[in-house]
Amino acid sequence: MLTIKNLHVKLEEEDKQILKGVDLTVEAGKVHAIMGPNGSGKSTLSYVLSGRDGYEVTEGSAELEGMDLLEMEPEERAAAGLFLAFQYPVEIPGVGNMTFLRTALNAQRKARGEEELSAADFLKEVRAKAKTLKIDADMLKRPVNVGFSGGEKKRNEILQMAMLAPKMCILDETDSGLDVDAMKLVAEGVNALRDAGRGFLVITHYQRLLDHIKPDVVHIMADGRIVKTGGPELALEVENNGYADILAEVN
Amino acid sequence: MALPAQKLTATETLLSSLSLPTAGCTRAAREAALARLQEMGVPGRRDEYWKYTRPDTLIAPEAPSAATFDAGEPMMFDAVERLKIVFVDGVFDAEASDPLELEGVQIERIEDICCKDIHWAKDLYGVLEARGQAPVPRPLAALNTAFAADGVAIHVTGTPSKPISLIYQHASETSDAILHHVIRVESGAEVTILENGPAASRFNKCMEIDIADGGTLHHVRAQGRDHERRAVTHIFTRLGEGSVYKSFTLTVNGVLTRNEQVIELTGDDAVAHVAGACVGDGDFHHDDTVFITHDAVGCESRQVFKKVLRNGATGVFQGKILVKPGAQKTDGYQISQSLLLDDDSQFLAKPELEIYADDVACSHGSTSGAIDETALFYLRSRGVPHKEATNLLTLAFLAEAVDEIEDKSLAEDIVSRLDGWLARRT
Ligand SMILES: Nc1ncnc2c1ncn2[C@@H]1O[C@H](COP(=O)(O)OP(=O)(O)O)[C@@H](O)[C@H]1O
Ligand SMILES: [Mg+2]
Repeated sequence: MLTIKNLHVKLEEEDKQILKGVDLTVEAGKVHAIMGPNGSGKSTLSYVLSGRDGYEVTEGSAELEGMDLLEMEPEERAAAGLFLAFQYPVEIPGVGNMTFLRTALNAQRKARGEEELSAADFLKEVRAKAKTLKIDADMLKRPVNVGFSGGEKKRNEILQMAMLAPKMCILDETDSGLDVDAMKLVAEGVNALRDAGRGFLVITHYQRLLDHIKPDVVHIMADGRIVKTGGPELALEVENNGYADILAEVN
Repeated sequence: MALPAQKLTATETLLSSLSLPTAGCTRAAREAALARLQEMGVPGRRDEYWKYTRPDTLIAPEAPSAATFDAGEPMMFDAVERLKIVFVDGVFDAEASDPLELEGVQIERIEDICCKDIHWAKDLYGVLEARGQAPVPRPLAALNTAFAADGVAIHVTGTPSKPISLIYQHASETSDAILHHVIRVESGAEVTILENGPAASRFNKCMEIDIADGGTLHHVRAQGRDHERRAVTHIFTRLGEGSVYKSFTLTVNGVLTRNEQVIELTGDDAVAHVAGACVGDGDFHHDDTVFITHDAVGCESRQVFKKVLRNGATGVFQGKILVKPGAQKTDGYQISQSLLLDDDSQFLAKPELEIYADDVACSHGSTSGAIDETALFYLRSRGVPHKEATNLLTLAFLAEAVDEIEDKSLAEDIVSRLDGWLARRT
C-alpha cells in the first residue's frame, strides 16, 4: 500500500535535515504504529507524505500503490486515497463543516471520474457517521473546527476520514489532548474502518491509544530514522521503560 | 475664504460644462448646493479626504469612456419579486419600469414633484447632504444635489409587500449620469431598497434617507461589473428613535468607485449597520468612506468592510465613528479587512474614533493579509483542488460582510455573483 524508501527530507528555508533515511512499508489490511520522542520527525513524515509546502526531499521515494506520491499535488494524493488526520486540525472561519466535507468528497469523486454524491445521500451518510462519533448537528453546521474543543477537533478528523473512505490513513497523534472516553470514540471510529483493503499508520507518543487500536507492527522513530521495528510488545516496552533504553540500545 | 488657484480653476472648468436644471421645487436647494460647491471647490489631490483616491476623472468635464460588459449571467435580483424602476444611462425609462404603484409607498420622479408647492421631499432634497458637509466637505455630493438630472422620491408610509428595485443600466460608452433619490420612511414603516447595475460610464449618485422613529430600511446594492466604469456615490442617512438602517454593498470590478455613507443617529436606540464586500482585479480602485455620528443614547452602529484584491488592485477604507457628548451607551463596531491575492495589490485603511462621551463601547480593527496557507493545505489535503480551495477561502473571508444581509435569498444572489467573479478568474 504505502512504500517509503530511504526518505531524506530537509526544511526548504533552513539547512536543517529532519528525516535521515526513513524506510517503511505498510501493507493493505495492516495497522502500523510509529512511536518516538518529540521532535523525532513523525509529523514531518506525515506532512511530506501528504504534500505540505516547506519541505524538500533530498533523497528517497514514497509510493502509494505504486504511484509516486512525491510527484503529486496534495489534492491528487487525497483523491488517490491518502488521508492525514492532523495533529493540529485547522480552523477555517467562514466555511461550514458540512460544506467543507461535501466539497472535499465531491472533489475527490470528480477527480476519480465518479459521480458526485447527491445532497440527500450525503446528508444521510454524514448524519449517520456523525452520530456514531457523537458529533451533534450543531457541530456539523459550525465553521470547520472553529470553537471546537480539542476532542471535538479530533473526532471531526475521524468523521472526515470515515466520509472520505481513504485507502491509506495516517493519524498524527490523534490521541493527544483526548480524555479516555473521547479516545475510545476515536478508536472505535478507526476500528470500524479497518478492513483488508486499507492501511493505517498511527503516529502516537503514548502507548495508550494502541490499547484500543491494536497495531500489527510498531516502529520507533528517533532523530529522523526508524530505529527499531517490532510487534505490539514494543509499544509496551516503551510504556514501561520510556525511550531511553531503546535509544541507548540502538546507538 | 478664497479657494486656492488650482481648485478654483478645476471648479470653474467643471461648472462651465454643467447647467442647473430649471426645475421648480428643488430649485432653491439646487442653488444653495451650487453655492456650497463654489465655496468648497471640487476635491483635489491635496485634500486629506482624497489622499488615497484620485478625484481627477470624477471632476473632469467629460466622463472618460467606458465599455459595457456582459458577463453572461442572469440579471441581478432576477428571481426576486420586486418593483422595478429602471434608469438607462441615468435617465428614467418608463417602458422598462413597472408602474410606480405599490401599497404602503408613494413613488414619484423628482422631476414630477417639482411643480407642486408643498411636498415632503422639499424638506429632504439637499437637506441631509447639506448637514453632511460638516465636519468634512463632500463637494461631489453638493454637485449632485445641484445638477442631478433625474431620480425618485420614495415615501414609505407602510410596509410594502416587495422591495423597490432601482436598476441602473449602462448603454452608452460615454454616458455621464447624475441621479439623486430621496427616501422618507415614516414611523413604524419598513422597506427594502435594492440597487444594481453599472449605471453609466461615470455615475454620480446621491441618496438621502430619512428614517422616522421606529422605521426600518434595508438596502442591498450590487454595483455593476463593467470594468472601466467610474462611480462616486453618497448615501446620507438620518435615523430617528428606535429606527433601523441596514445597508450592504457588493462591488465587482469598475476602474474607480468611491462610496460614501454619512450616517447620523439622532434618536435613542437607533441601529445602523453598513457593510460592503468588494472584489477587484487589476485596474480597480475601490474606496469606502464612512462617517457615523452617534448623537443619541443607546445607539448601535456596525461597519463591516471586506475587500478582495488581486493583480495590482487597490482598496481604500476611511471609516469614522464620532460619538458626540451625551451619546452614552453607544455601541460602535468597525472592521475593515482586505485579502490580497498577490503582492501587487494594496489596501489603505484609515479607521478613526472620536469619542466625547464616557460610557461607550467602541472597537475597530483593520487587517490586510494573504490567503491562509495552512487552511489552504488543509483543504487540499482533503482533495479540494488549489483553485477551488482558494475560492472557498475567499468566499469565507467575505462571509462576515455578506452575513449582514438579513434576507437570505438576497444574500444567496450576492454569493452567486461572487462565485461568478471567481470562476471567471483562473
Ligand atoms: N517548519 C519547520 N520549521 C522549523 N523546524 C521544523 C519545522 N518542521 C519541523 N521542524 C523541526 O523538525 C523536527 C521534527 O519535528 P516534528 O516532525 O514535528 O517531530 P514530531 O512530530 O516527531 O514531534 C523538530 O526538531 C522540529 O522543530
Ligand atoms: Mg508531531
